[in-house]
Amino acid sequence: MNNTTPSRLEKMLAAGHLAVTSEVGPPRSCDGSVIEQKAELIKDYVDAVNVTDNQTSVTRLCSLAACIRLKLMGLEPVLQMVTRDRNRIALQSDIFGAASFGICNILCLTGDHQHFGDHPNAVNVFDLDSTQLIQTVRLMRDEGRLLGGHQFEHRPQMFIGAAANPFADPFEIRVPRLAKKVAAGAQFIQTQCIYNMDKFKLWLKLARDRGLTERVAILAGITPMKNVGMARYMKNRVPGIDVPDEIVKRMGGVPKEKQAAEGIRLAIEQIQELKEEEGIRGFHLMAIEWEEKVPEIVERAGLFPRPQLN
Amino acid sequence: MIKAVPKPLEEIIDLVKDFHKVLIVGCDGCVTVCEAGGLKEVQVLGSSLRLYFTQAGQRMDIDETSLTRQCDQEYLDQLKDRIDHYEAVVSLACGCGVQYLAERYHDKIVYPGVDTCFMGVDLERGVYAERCQACGKCILANTGGICPIARCSKRMLNGPCGGSEKGKCEVNPEIDCGWQLIYDRLKILGQLDRFEQPVDPKDWATSRDGGPRKIVREDLRL
Amino acid sequence: MGRFEPKILAFCCSYCSYAAADLAGAMRLQYPGNIKIIKVPCTGKVDLIHLLLAFEQGADGIMVAGCLEGNCHFLSGNLRARQRVNRVMAILDRIGLEGDRLAMFNLSAGMGARFAEMAREMYAQVLKLGPSPINIARETAARPIVEVAA
Repeated sequence: MNNTTPSRLEKMLAAGHLAVTSEVGPPRSCDGSVIEQKAELIKDYVDAVNVTDNQTSVTRLCSLAACIRLKLMGLEPVLQMVTRDRNRIALQSDIFGAASFGICNILCLTGDHQHFGDHPNAVNVFDLDSTQLIQTVRLMRDEGRLLGGHQFEHRPQMFIGAAANPFADPFEIRVPRLAKKVAAGAQFIQTQCIYNMDKFKLWLKLARDRGLTERVAILAGITPMKNVGMARYMKNRVPGIDVPDEIVKRMGGVPKEKQAAEGIRLAIEQIQELKEEEGIRGFHLMAIEWEEKVPEIVERAGLFPRPQLN
Repeated sequence: MIKAVPKPLEEIIDLVKDFHKVLIVGCDGCVTVCEAGGLKEVQVLGSSLRLYFTQAGQRMDIDETSLTRQCDQEYLDQLKDRIDHYEAVVSLACGCGVQYLAERYHDKIVYPGVDTCFMGVDLERGVYAERCQACGKCILANTGGICPIARCSKRMLNGPCGGSEKGKCEVNPEIDCGWQLIYDRLKILGQLDRFEQPVDPKDWATSRDGGPRKIVREDLRL
Repeated sequence: MGRFEPKILAFCCSYCSYAAADLAGAMRLQYPGNIKIIKVPCTGKVDLIHLLLAFEQGADGIMVAGCLEGNCHFLSGNLRARQRVNRVMAILDRIGLEGDRLAMFNLSAGMGARFAEMAREMYAQVLKLGPSPINIARETAARPIVEVAA
């Protein structure tokens, strides 16, 4: 990480602190206050806030506009950007736009296929994939150049992130793929939500063995379960998520009214366990439509108060 | 070859119902192989339409023919002495053939009788699968002979995505994950090093994104 | 209009149902005489267009009778025939003819009684459906000319 951007997240990691990020999902309407309310709940407990980009291919208020709202509130947004809906012209244009508002974290994603969303009949774009989007942001930031070759003066100061899913198949490809994203220019990684600890630790070890944890900051993805139904749904229905049977059993083993608390406890235990792992540089809390629980998790996991940077 | 499927009969009936003399033209090329638009399908469609209009009490003369190829002027020319007898033509060729027929007989109403689907292979009789999207710049040499553009649902050049599960695509468990196939084959070929090279953004100008494409081979022209 | 006497065609495989029809005759089993048998080397030889053309030419019903499944002399001819029969049934349903005017049967050469039973079933089925809409339409179209002539 030789390039220093104004990103607080980057500074936090550079200072050796365990970083904490979370996310807000924009509404399926133009009610921008929803973002602000969600952000208000978590702002003192996280270093940066991801804003999802039409996640699961459902049309929502755009990530860029929501990030600008967060920025105007004095928060540090992470602009999630998927390549599904926009070509390289639009993507680069949005990067300029984001940087013009001082947004300095970007998470480069390919995005779910539109088949899952509310417009399965839409055309998809996929002009670039996530790795190529990482390359593109790096080109713009480090060389002041667009893919088309145009040179420009004011470079977007982006701290570049990518996703990694250690649980998708084939497993043996997952570390090489991480290496590929790092080679393309990824500086931080937010992982898919982790439930299968053994598999995750094996992935992390393989990444460590290749020296990748020295080159990229890995934030472990944590999603608290609300109830056993959610555990089962994620296990059976969400591609690329690995929920071991014992987790489903544990969630189902407590009375319904106590399942939410059990889910929170489980998330905290996961954080405690992963804190000890070499190569984990922070946590990415994806409390899906449950943002109000983020403060409690951060606090009980011993990650509060957040370190102050000068 | 090009793969197509017959249009629903109702759709074709609706297209031709206001005419009385209709010619159905098949193509002996690709659509014959996938049993969508060859002479046999022409005959079946012709007979079905005759039965329909007869029982409906509507006069309808339907003739049938098939050409060696509809994507070639010299074969299309074979219709020139008879096409004027018909008010409309239903072409069972792929979209290329339908258009070329319409282009050759500019003042004739030409309707498509098949839905043209993709370029693909025959997995077995009646089962066809896409293999190429004609991007105009073949990368198969680097991807173990399996095309990520045609076979990854997200056209990823640096796949697989996080939705690949047990060798299947997140879009549909019937679809093989293209990148799993690529990985498996690169492994067999001892070329896994190719997997770790980030692939730069592709030049899509040779694909359909560059506008309607044309090949001019000066070495072949007279 | 006189009493409806259905015109029924039977495409019979020479290895099984044709012999079974022969046997039915030898056994003096009764079955309707309106069933016209066409001997084919295998039901796999019967194509969609043969069935459709027969309807165009005025058949009220058609039966295709092949070997028992698994016993085709050409391995899969009778299975192909069944697929084609199903396809033509689907077409008939979509163009104003009843798919039930067509049926596929499977039997062996020794099943003379079954052949007669099958023929009676088909006859009853077509009788119930009445004349083919094609024949009705043709007759209706022809009638004014007959009247003029009279």
